[in-house]
Amino acid sequence: MDGLTLFIQQIINGLRVGSVYALIALGYTMVYGIIRLINFAHGDFIMVGAYALFFTVPLMIAAGMPAWMAVFVAIIVCAITGVLVEKLAYRPVRAKGTNMSALITAIAMSLFLENLAQTLFGASPKQVKTIFDLPMIFGFSGNTFLTIAIGVVVMVGHSLFVKYTKAGQAMRAVSEDKSASKLMGINVNGIIALTFAIGSGLAAIASLMYVAQYNQVTNMMGSMLGLKAFVAAVLGGIGIIPGAMLGGLVIGIVESLSKAYIAPLTGGLITSAFSDAIVFSILIVVLLVKPAGIMGKNIGEKV
Amino acid sequence: MLSIKDLHVHYGAIHAIKGVSLEVNDGEIVSLIGANGAGKTTILHTVSGLVRATSGTITYDGVNLRATAPNKIVSLGMAHVPEGRHVFSRMTVQENLRMGAYSLSNPEQVKQNIERVFKSFPRLKERARQIAGTLSGGEQQMLATGRALMADPKILLMDEPSMGLSPILVKEIFRIIETLHAKGITILLVEQNAKVALSISSRAYVLETGSIAMAGNAAELMEDDRVRKAYLGV
Ligand SMILES: Nc1ncnc2c1ncn2[C@@H]1O[C@H](COP(=O)(O)OP(=O)(O)O)[C@@H](O)[C@H]1O
Ligand SMILES: [Mg+2]
Repeated sequence: MDGLTLFIQQIINGLRVGSVYALIALGYTMVYGIIRLINFAHGDFIMVGAYALFFTVPLMIAAGMPAWMAVFVAIIVCAITGVLVEKLAYRPVRAKGTNMSALITAIAMSLFLENLAQTLFGASPKQVKTIFDLPMIFGFSGNTFLTIAIGVVVMVGHSLFVKYTKAGQAMRAVSEDKSASKLMGINVNGIIALTFAIGSGLAAIASLMYVAQYNQVTNMMGSMLGLKAFVAAVLGGIGIIPGAMLGGLVIGIVESLSKAYIAPLTGGLITSAFSDAIVFSILIVVLLVKPAGIMGKNIGEKV
Repeated sequence: MLSIKDLHVHYGAIHAIKGVSLEVNDGEIVSLIGANGAGKTTILHTVSGLVRATSGTITYDGVNLRATAPNKIVSLGMAHVPEGRHVFSRMTVQENLRMGAYSLSNPEQVKQNIERVFKSFPRLKERARQIAGTLSGGEQQMLATGRALMADPKILLMDEPSMGLSPILVKEIFRIIETLHAKGITILLVEQNAKVALSISSRAYVLETGSIAMAGNAAELMEDDRVRKAYLGV
């Protein structure tokens, strides 16, 4: 394979991984935008979605339906999980506690979901049946293009929703000013719940994209994915929706390129196992130069 | 139409409102004047449900507002222009107006109301797609007022609309308030600028550290020595 083809292949792989990160990062950033909380349990919503797929994909196949339609079940399961976590854990803490206690509650919810899944389903990985079986296109796997396409469609749809629909506009209003939103007649808690539902639903779509590639589910799968997507959200500017998408794609491409090139470029001194370290170093460098993230304004203005 | 009886409000240990009673009748402009920290904003916030009262009653058209969720109050016909405007600064002028009409379900009516607001505030029409945070203070006050009007209110609560505006703009804002009143909207006006407020009101209440110190006909209050000394600076 010549150099250019390899390079393009890595970029395309990066876009695939990046679109998964981007969808997850959207969830972090939406929730941060609306209640200024880093929802550490968000990564685990991917795991919840993945288990939902693990159980419903065989049912879909048995019923003679396309396997990917299991994603609708996963979206509903994740949305319900997200709304429940918000209602039962975050809302009471928000009403009484500080930002710090909310953050600790989020970490607790993450551990709770991981342990619950381990108790229910065990710690060993589960194999998910093949979801997409697409032919190769120009030497690349069809799954890759499909994943990127799903990512693009979802991101565009999400942007249009937030920009133009009444509920999307209300989400922006609530993220800016809760008191003024109440004066407009907006049910602020309802909009916060909707934000959790949508963010978690996007995580379910990310689960589909991830599981379609790796066919594997574990109770810990959300923690590294979630961490990288969180880095993506911060990199783009936490609270800023286009920033999350950009951050996700950038992290995906950097990761993919560093995996491919770092060993040859350093004469084998640094191995591709260091790609995660590189991803996190990039975050640190960008934040040193632009503390509010790539698309952030340094006056603390968030969308 | 709006009636407050023996209202008490606390912020933790602070007793901010101590037994306030006031009435606003259909078609009136009533002003509530008082020094900074007297509790004017607290009263409006309690009426709109942003702050919960400790005791007392607030009724609007026979509805008990203390038992009504803040997001339901707008649909009863009451809108609130908050102190410091609180426009959604990262949204456009037009989006701000749409948020004002959040309680309306008919998109046609929302469109009509936007046209109506643009007619009253041509400046907002010119800036329809501009981000609200980039408007001048006077324009933001117009936007906050226009946004409240989007809900077709019968009564408007206005909290210090003249705050931070040049004398010319203050005049303009008060002219707007009179126009709205002439169109049949009842107004409860909170002001530190007592002189202008009394000049357009039928009745007024003077609030001092959480209690009503004086109340009555606006024109008579303007002649009252205590009011003149404490609030009119003469
Ligand atoms: N959120 C709050 N928490 C604690 N105290 C408050 C709060 N808001 C207002 N206060 C206090 O309540 C009193 C009345 O304030 P406010 O209603 O804002 O007065 P005004 O609008 O007349 O200037 C003041 O002593 C103020 O410090
Ligand atoms: Mg005030």
